[in-house]
Amino acid sequence: MYEAMARIREFEELVARARAEGHLPGLLHLSTGGEAVAVGVLGLLGEHDRVYTSHRGHGHFLAAGEDPGALLAELAGRATGLCRGCGGSMHLMGRRVVLATGIVGGSLPIALGHALALPPDAVSIVFFGDGAVQTGVFHETLNLATLWRARVLFVCENNGWAEFTTRDEHTTVEAVTAHAQIYGMPAETIDGGDVLTVRAAAGRLLQHVRAGGPALLECQITRMRAHYEGDPRRSAAADPHDPMERLAATLVDDGERTATLAAVRRTATIAAERALADVLADPPASLHDTAQLVFSRQP
Amino acid sequence: MTSDSTVMVLGEDVTAGGPFGLTKGLVDGHGPQRVRNTPISEGAVMGVAVGLALGGARPFVDLMFCDFMTAASDQLFNHAAKIHFMSGGNYSVPLAVWTIGGGGTRWGAQHSQRLDAWISGVPGIKMIAPASPKLAAAAVLEATADPDPVVVFADRALLYSRQDLPGDSGSPWRSRVVRTGSELTVAATGRLVHLALDAAAAIGASAEVVDVQRLAPLDVEPVVDSVTRTSRLLVLHDEAGPGALAATIAAMVQDVAFWELDAPIARLPSPATPVPAAASLEDAYALDADDVAGAMKRLLQA
Repeated sequence: MYEAMARIREFEELVARARAEGHLPGLLHLSTGGEAVAVGVLGLLGEHDRVYTSHRGHGHFLAAGEDPGALLAELAGRATGLCRGCGGSMHLMGRRVVLATGIVGGSLPIALGHALALPPDAVSIVFFGDGAVQTGVFHETLNLATLWRARVLFVCENNGWAEFTTRDEHTTVEAVTAHAQIYGMPAETIDGGDVLTVRAAAGRLLQHVRAGGPALLECQITRMRAHYEGDPRRSAAADPHDPMERLAATLVDDGERTATLAAVRRTATIAAERALADVLADPPASLHDTAQLVFSRQP
Repeated sequence: MTSDSTVMVLGEDVTAGGPFGLTKGLVDGHGPQRVRNTPISEGAVMGVAVGLALGGARPFVDLMFCDFMTAASDQLFNHAAKIHFMSGGNYSVPLAVWTIGGGGTRWGAQHSQRLDAWISGVPGIKMIAPASPKLAAAAVLEATADPDPVVVFADRALLYSRQDLPGDSGSPWRSRVVRTGSELTVAATGRLVHLALDAAAAIGASAEVVDVQRLAPLDVEPVVDSVTRTSRLLVLHDEAGPGALAATIAAMVQDVAFWELDAPIARLPSPATPVPAAASLEDAYALDADDVAGAMKRLLQA
């Protein structure tokens, strides 16, 4: 799990550096601080399960096994990108992670609809932030999910921020689980910075979901970087709640060597840097190839 | 629904047949898993339909009144319409949406609109506005079988009409000439196609009438072709104001056929106001046979 989290952390750090160097234009929202949620939940992903996420989705893509090279190429606007340069960071669409959306709350009902079409036992997992909880579509989706006993696991990454404003300025209802309780949906609030806690809670709730009904997991995390990369209002800083450091401390307590963990981080950094070097050699996306992509079938 | 088990219907009151009887009896034949009543949650329901489509189903959403498209618009415009493109072609959204627009019922501004220009202005949505029963049936079948989002826009005034149109066994995907003539071309959609045919017969002009039934992507090819023969064009539309889709039709024709024209293209949309409720007000608002005949005569004299 440390390795999986390290791969996300070093990928996002590399993305931050590459953006600062001018290689990655566009809006980038990094998952730094959310690694434990991504790895804890998606380590339990089944072959037929599907994942939906938000504008802050890189970590979910990586934890679900999507190709980091294709991901990076998409961020860099290359023809070899996951979406041939047409989607970008906020609209990634992969194999098991079906959709990242730039509309806050937008993937909630889509995840629900997809769950209705999945084979029995398979589930939809949808990640969203605490900012999405105040959208109308969040409430509509929770109502429908319970009404239709849909196999959806709602995972809220509550970092206390919606863009540039804190949660207490958005709502009088502090606990996201309170909304789930209204619909009689099983829900838990956990420390999203500890991957072992996340995995255990996700396991409990997924068991319930697979049996036939939605559940909500609220993970309290820290958004370790600004809302978007390049925001002059805020810069990243070391955080005492850093999920990487917390897992490292637990592993070291259990006998793991610090040097080994450092080596894992270094390996992940090198892999990310190598991926970037490959990607920058790829040709940029071309309109010639993409103009026909508006429709599957021309009318 | 019988031949393709992936087809599903969603919408408010669909198990009861809906307010207009569109879905009457479907739940009896196909069950509540495939004919799903929804609460008044257009925003989420359209998103559910997108998810069903991504999961391999063929959802058919009954969006009762096109005025409610506003509530469903984020999922239709920002998701359904864009997913095939944003995914680089890796995903398709085979979603059909049925909706009804237009007035004549005294139901007022929020239940009488046409929002053609708004919907057709978003790349990634196909839209057909059928003007006869055969074409409406064909449009529904085509929309349900299509791999992309298709809106079937039914004219309120034609919901229970049994009036056929010439050549309406053809494809609902192409705009087409329904009456040949030589002095002017009248482009119309929905109930206005029938009105234009009546007006042409009444004033005795040799008017060519084109049924512009594919509104997105807008199919004006037969209009352009007609104008090369008649040199005059009148565009009718029930939509309100100068922003009605009639403006785009006129501009597209002008782009390629300016030098064929003997007079400026005339547009006759509805007035730029919300649809009023009182019968006297709505009657004054709505285009009628006299309005159309008058516009045709003015164009002939221009």
